Amino acid sequence: MYNIENIRKDFPILSRKVNGNPLVYFDNAATSQTPQQVIDCIVDYYSNYNANIHRGVHSLSQEATDKYEQARKTIQQHFNAKHTHEIIFTSGTTHGINLVANGFSSLLKKEDEIIVSALEHHSNIVPWQMLCNSTGTTLRVIPMNDQGELVISEFDKLLSTNTKLVFVNHISNALGTINPIKYIIEKAHQVGAAVLIDGAQACPHIKTDVQELDVDFYVASAHKMCGPTGIGMLYGKEEWLKKLPPYQGGGEMIAEVTFEKTTYADLPHKFEAGTPNICGGIAFGTALDYMNTVGFDTIAAYENDLLQYATKKLLEIGGLKIYGTSKQKTSVISFNLEGIHPYDVGTILDKLGIAVRTGHHCAQPIMDFYKIPGTVRASFAFYNTKAEIDALVEGVKKAKMMLS
Amino acid sequence: MIVTIEAIQNEIIDEFSMFDDWEERYQYMIDLGKELPLIDDQYKTDSNLIKGCQSKVWVHAEMKDDKIEFTADSDAIITKGIIAILIRVFSNQHPKDIINADTNFIDKIGLKEHLSPTRANGLVSMVKQLKMYAIAYQTQLN
Repeated sequence: MYNIENIRKDFPILSRKVNGNPLVYFDNAATSQTPQQVIDCIVDYYSNYNANIHRGVHSLSQEATDKYEQARKTIQQHFNAKHTHEIIFTSGTTHGINLVANGFSSLLKKEDEIIVSALEHHSNIVPWQMLCNSTGTTLRVIPMNDQGELVISEFDKLLSTNTKLVFVNHISNALGTINPIKYIIEKAHQVGAAVLIDGAQACPHIKTDVQELDVDFYVASAHKMCGPTGIGMLYGKEEWLKKLPPYQGGGEMIAEVTFEKTTYADLPHKFEAGTPNICGGIAFGTALDYMNTVGFDTIAAYENDLLQYATKKLLEIGGLKIYGTSKQKTSVISFNLEGIHPYDVGTILDKLGIAVRTGHHCAQPIMDFYKIPGTVRASFAFYNTKAEIDALVEGVKKAKMMLS
Repeated sequence: MIVTIEAIQNEIIDEFSMFDDWEERYQYMIDLGKELPLIDDQYKTDSNLIKGCQSKVWVHAEMKDDKIEFTADSDAIITKGIIAILIRVFSNQHPKDIINADTNFIDKIGLKEHLSPTRANGLVSMVKQLKMYAIAYQTQLN
C-alpha cells in the first residue's frame, strides 16, 4: 500500500505556505521537488569531501571521484546502458541536445534531412534549426492532430534515405502525450538514420531501457526527477560517441596536450571538459536511488490515478477545455477557461498558494496549432494528493468567478 | 488645470487602502481593466507591443496640447487592470512630469510583487515604455 503521508514527509518544501496558504505544487513538469535524502547528500558532499575529481592524489579527491563515478554507474544501471562510459554528465537536457547537434554539424551534407516533431520543446527545435542553417540540411516536421498526438503515418512518409537524424521527445512537456518512440526508432533505423530522444519529461514517470529501445541518444535532466538543477545526462551508443567530435575544449577532456596537437581523452571524459558539477552528479545518483526505492511502477500507477481524478474534476467546470487528450499521456493537464487568458488564471491560483505554469511552455508551435496564446498547465508528481487537486479545482472555479 | 501625478497616485493609494485582502484588491483591478481606455484597433500593431510580458500589451501615445494621452489594451484582464492604473497616473500629463515621476505608489497599493523585473507580466517594462514615450515627446518639445 502506497503511503503518501510518509512520502510527503521526505519533501520539506511541501509543508511551507505560499501567500498564506499551504503550498500546492503542480509545476512538476518544470522542476520536481527535492527529498531530504538528496538535500542531505548535497550537505554531506560540501561538509565532508568537497574536492576536485580525477586528478587529485589526495584522499578527499579520491573519495569525491569514487562517489561521482559511482553516480555514473547508478545512472547507467537505471537507464540500462551497456557501458558506464556511454553516460555523459551534462548540465541538463538542453546541453545534451546541443552537444549532439554540434557533433553532427561536421557529419551532415546539404542533401541530408533531419526530422523533428511538432510536439517539441524549443530546446529540441532551435539547436536543429541552427544546425540546418550551418549545414544547409533540411528540417522536416512530423505534424500533430487535435488530440495532441503525432500523426505517425506522416512520419512514415517523411522518412527517406536522405534522413540522417530523427529527434522526438519521449513525452510532450506542454501536453503530456507519450510518443510512440519505439516505432519511431525502428523505422528511422530502417533508413539508416540516428535517433535522439528527449527524455526530460519521461524520466520522472517512466523507467527507460535504452538498450531495449535501441535508441542512439537519450537525454534527461536530474531536476525533473528529484535531483538538483544544473546536472543531467546524455546517453549515447558507444559507436556514436566515438564518432562525434568533442563539444568543448578544456581540462578533463584531453589525454595529451602540446602546442602542436591535442589527443582527446577516452569516453566519457572526451565530452566532459572542465571541472564538472561534482556535487550535482553525486546528488543525481542519490535522486535516482530515491525514486527507484519508491518504485517507478508504483509512481506510474499513483500518478495515473491523480490524472484521471483531476481530469474528471476539472471537466466538471463549465467552459474548461483540456488540450492534449491522448489516451497515452502522463500526469500533465494543459487547459484554458473559455474567454479567459491563462496568465490571469495562473495569477489568481498563485494567490491561493497553487503553483502552476502558464504560457506557451517553450512549445510555441503547439500553441499556434491550437490558435491559443498559451495554457494553464498543472503537472502532478507522486507526492501530490487528491486533496491538492480539490484545492486546484476550487481555485480554478474562483478564478473563473473573479475573471468572468 | 492638471491634477498632478502625485495627487492621482495618492488618490489610488486611498482607494486601495479600503480593501482588506488580495481578493478585493484584485477584483478592483479586474474592474479597472474593464474600463481601460481602449487603444484604437489601427494601433494594435506589433510595433506597439510591449516586450517582456506573458500576455500581450499594446500601448499607443499621442501628444495633445503638450500633454501625452495614452491608450492601451491587453489580452489578459489583470494586466489590463495594471495598465489602467498606470494610464490613469500618466495620461494627460506633461512629458517632463512623466519622466520625473516616481512609481513608489505601486508598492503602497500592494502590487509590489508585480514590480520585480523578472516577473512575467512586465509591469516594469510597461512603466519603462510609458516613460520612453515621454522622453521621445520631450525631445520634440525642446
